[in-house]
Amino acid sequence: MPQFTEKKRKGVLGGAALLFIIAGLYWGLIKAPPDAYQGDSQRIMYLHIPSILTAYLSFFLVFVGSCLYLWKREKRDDRLAHAAAEIGVLFTALTIVEGSIWGRPTWGVWWTWDARLTLTAVLLLIFIGYLMLRALVEDESRAAASAAVLGIIGFLDIPLIHMSVYWWRTLHQPPSILRPDKAPWENIHPDLLTALVINFVAFILLYFYLLSLRLRLGELRDQIKSSRLN
Amino acid sequence: MKLFRHTWLLLRKDLLLEWRRHESFMTMFFFGALLLFVFNFSFELSPVRVNELAPGLLWLAFLFTGTLGLTQLFEAERINHCLDALLMSPMDRGALFLAKGCFNIVLMVLVELVVMPLFWILFNLASWHLLPTLFFIIFLGTVGFCVLGTILSAVTLKARARELLLPLVLFPLMVPVILATVRCMEAILSQGVLGDALPWLRLLIGFDVIFITVGILIFDWVVDV
Repeated sequence: MPQFTEKKRKGVLGGAALLFIIAGLYWGLIKAPPDAYQGDSQRIMYLHIPSILTAYLSFFLVFVGSCLYLWKREKRDDRLAHAAAEIGVLFTALTIVEGSIWGRPTWGVWWTWDARLTLTAVLLLIFIGYLMLRALVEDESRAAASAAVLGIIGFLDIPLIHMSVYWWRTLHQPPSILRPDKAPWENIHPDLLTALVINFVAFILLYFYLLSLRLRLGELRDQIKSSRLN
Repeated sequence: MKLFRHTWLLLRKDLLLEWRRHESFMTMFFFGALLLFVFNFSFELSPVRVNELAPGLLWLAFLFTGTLGLTQLFEAERINHCLDALLMSPMDRGALFLAKGCFNIVLMVLVELVVMPLFWILFNLASWHLLPTLFFIIFLGTVGFCVLGTILSAVTLKARARELLLPLVLFPLMVPVILATVRCMEAILSQGVLGDALPWLRLLIGFDVIFITVGILIFDWVVDV
């Protein structure tokens, strides 16, 4: 019975994500007006910002899962960190690809060594390293503890990397919506903001849908391993 | 105080071992010197360009030699399972972290003390008077590198292909240290003083302090099991 309810819950989550993605695409591609300067290429923002925000969320979850695992040694927390890292790598890579596609017509280049771009790329490398570490340590509890330590160190290093690459160079436009001097809705046309918010909700729903699937996968893998031992 | 006494005991063991074998130092030193030749062939360094490229090249050479040292850092303990004996002894694991970190710092500093003058000789640099200041910056960078490197060397201890894995997880995390060290050295080489690069020096010191603290606190879990 609990199996069934969990399946149902996941179905609802996935369905909601799909609905919001369709609505977000409609608002982003059709309803919202094109940008005054950038024209249609600006529309990629509706995917670009939600994907990097979900990537950040997922690296935060890696940190939370890692801390909890070292503290309580529950396999559940380790599975959370592992799942979040995998999906985080996916969303970070997506962000970089989307940014490249937008950067080519707008900046004239696919890639530039700007602070925020560099930070995102370094984050991607850190968490690819994290996944490789997990893959290369055979002993399971050892892999979990090692990965947890790396997850914590990686997270603590992010502010320092952030600071250093910002001092190094900045070309990326400063945040135009979340600014300290004005409320968000005064900085952007309401149609554009609506499209962004819908897409953000869509990405969050999609994220948690993927996370729940990945967590279930980890659980099943652990079950198989323990039943083999028995 | 007990922490420092234990650290010294462990460090002395490693230093003695190195004194009798010369393994790590010799390989690191020759690799560092070899890199200077490789740089010369790949960049065709003219006197003007060498001043511009010196900070990056030097720091690269030390990053690579340091990585060599780090992959060997726990080798003696790993092969003979001596790590288990160390972990069983009644001592703070923070001491093990500090001792291993210090040991790699000592090795790298020795290499740097020889390789830096060699660089000045081989590439005909005139700015000998800047060497002490530059060395100070390199030292701070070395501390940051070894601190994080020691933690990750222990983290990757049980991994397959760990010599390959270590730089892969270490280098992305080293971005602040690489940037800060190279910027500070550039400022000193071009202007003779730190000047605008002072925030970089603060960042470098901050990095060192943060990860020394984190290392002492977290090492319990790093070498556990």
